[in-house]
Amino acid sequence: MALLEIRNLHATVDNKPILNGVDLILDAGEVHAIMGPNGSGKSTLSYVLAGRDGYDVTDGEVLYDGRDLLAMEADERAREGVFLAFQYPVEIPGVAGLTFLKTAANALRRHRGEGELDAMDFLKFVRDKADSLDINADMLKRAVNEGFSGGEKKRMEILQMAVLEPRLAILDETDSGLDIDALKVVADGVNALRGPERGMLLITHYQRMLDYIVPDRVHVLAHGRIVKSGDKSLALELEAKGYGEYLDAAE
Amino acid sequence: MVANVDALEQVQSLGEQYKYGFVTDIDVDLAPKGLNEDIVRLISEKKGDPEWMLEWRLKAYRHWLTMEEPRWQKVAFAPIDFQDAYYYAAPKLSDKPKSLDEIDPKLLETYEKLGIPLKEQEVLAGVEGAPRVAVDAVFDSVSVATTYKAKLEEIGVIFCSISEAIKDHPELVRKYLGSVVPYADNFYATLNSAVFTDGSFVYIPKGVRCPMELSTYFRINQENTGQFERTLIIADEGAHVSYLEGCTAPMRDEHQLHAAVVELITLDDAEIKYSTVQNWYPGDAEGRGGIFNFVTKRGACRGRNSKISWTQVETGSAITWKYPSCILQGDNSVGEFYSVAITNNAQQADTGTKMIHIGKNTSSRIISKGISTGRADQTYRGLVRMQRGAHGARNYTQCDSLLIGDQCGAHTVPYIECQNPTAQVEHEATTSRIGDDQLFYCRQRGLSNEEAVSLIVNGFCREVLQTLPMEFAVEAQKLVGISLEGSVG
Repeated sequence: MALLEIRNLHATVDNKPILNGVDLILDAGEVHAIMGPNGSGKSTLSYVLAGRDGYDVTDGEVLYDGRDLLAMEADERAREGVFLAFQYPVEIPGVAGLTFLKTAANALRRHRGEGELDAMDFLKFVRDKADSLDINADMLKRAVNEGFSGGEKKRMEILQMAVLEPRLAILDETDSGLDIDALKVVADGVNALRGPERGMLLITHYQRMLDYIVPDRVHVLAHGRIVKSGDKSLALELEAKGYGEYLDAAE
Repeated sequence: MVANVDALEQVQSLGEQYKYGFVTDIDVDLAPKGLNEDIVRLISEKKGDPEWMLEWRLKAYRHWLTMEEPRWQKVAFAPIDFQDAYYYAAPKLSDKPKSLDEIDPKLLETYEKLGIPLKEQEVLAGVEGAPRVAVDAVFDSVSVATTYKAKLEEIGVIFCSISEAIKDHPELVRKYLGSVVPYADNFYATLNSAVFTDGSFVYIPKGVRCPMELSTYFRINQENTGQFERTLIIADEGAHVSYLEGCTAPMRDEHQLHAAVVELITLDDAEIKYSTVQNWYPGDAEGRGGIFNFVTKRGACRGRNSKISWTQVETGSAITWKYPSCILQGDNSVGEFYSVAITNNAQQADTGTKMIHIGKNTSSRIISKGISTGRADQTYRGLVRMQRGAHGARNYTQCDSLLIGDQCGAHTVPYIECQNPTAQVEHEATTSRIGDDQLFYCRQRGLSNEEAVSLIVNGFCREVLQTLPMEFAVEAQKLVGISLEGSVG
């Protein structure tokens, strides 16, 4: 059974159709890249999968491990192992990153019937994860994302992903706004988290991240539909030719 | 230290709704309902007042008869029938218990349920390794127990009920009582001056740093009673004390009046830190019942380099109406006001502070965080006055309001009066909502809606919560979560 199966997914935002029949199958252990021009529906797809309010599914279905993902609330999906790395991570003033992450991790642990970690055990767990990803855990002492640089925000997302150990990770334009060094750190983090049980969707505008994270499949999203799928070479082709031909074809 | 305390676990561990709403079934000594000179005399007699105290009460009562209830505050309620309440209710005790072992077990049990230790070896519930806290427990109209009294006496600290202080330390009480809040100050303070029944008294002698937190725990139990307590704290030269106040009441359908007066005095180089976690019964979702919390709290920094710091977490009461204030008389004295006020359902709050700068180089700092949800209405009202002689005085005010939902209100009413050209006053105010993006971000990490709101609100209040002593910070963080229950989705 596929980890994620999207069938004929249609969605609107403010009654405006954005997704017009997306089909996609992601198996556990695989990394798929979804590429497309601005306005093609990439971020909408990630929000629909994560269950954000205001994104209305009008047709189609999404199966996560064979279960109806769309029937679950956003927080339930998260507790079931769906993680979204945000394109624009949100600031939460006054809440220390460590408190935030511990609250989240314990919500997930309770859901799985595991005991909660106390402050000391959790701190050690997080430090180990941060060290393995070459991320400085000191940023967890600061309020969540408050005053973070673009690179720090993205590293914080990767660290959260590592700590929460999702089964399905959706990374929405995680490469945007990163310089080459930050991009490497993020890519190394993603690669370290690849595993046979975990599926990942990398949503990206540019192919440059795919130099560091080699995807199993590449899909082109245009006008709210997957218009072409292929292997890694498709990304290089897009880089060379641009999205022009798909935009025309889809219209 | 607050960073180590995880609010959410605490919130989850607690039940829904107001958990202190139980009633203790205990024999009570009640004065007849209503208010007249005879009742004032009766209260005075019950308390064993000396003649001067009775005179003071009567003077206040006669003045009160000439006063009208204030109507300028932005709260709405039906007129109070002052003749339809009991002004004295005391649990029946054969004598004032000589030791803690002699207290009625029902009372001990009540305080145990409230998480308040009345045994000296215990600390406040659930806080491991917390420093010891001395407690004065006021039940309806009387103080039922004061812990650690003897230990504090060894270093000259007086911590007792105000009734005992009137008898045992009349020179101090006569010198300071009414010196910050005069008997004719305002309608409710004047009423309190006439009928106050108990409260706490603290005196810290010269140069002494009080080695433990002092705390008073107020409990209203009896139906139809008003609670009128009077607290007086004096820090002599170079003295230092941190004092905590907590309060709860049973759930009842009718409103009950709580009209307290608190006076603080600091002499040269002295400091008082006064923290309140106010959790009176707020009434139900429709606005039935709940406490009217009409309180006058004021501190006078009489000495040079002295400091008074108020921290309040106001989550309870149907109506809160109070302005803990500082009169900055001594040169270089410092006044602080840190406040979190949460109003939910039909609660109303009109609260803030007054900073009166008289001395040179006095400074004050006001940080107010208001959270309004449900159909609640909240007003921050604050006065900063720089008097003519306040050369080089400074004030900084920051007022932040957070709205949850679309039926609540938040209002900011700052009054600034500056009569000295060298004084500086700064005022900043913001009003915000909890962003959908913040909620979604938290929920995407697995937090339920209520956990997310509690976390975000705790973050919003952090600057204030972290000024609380650790024992109360835990309780306050829990309260923030509980007070917001049902506020979303």
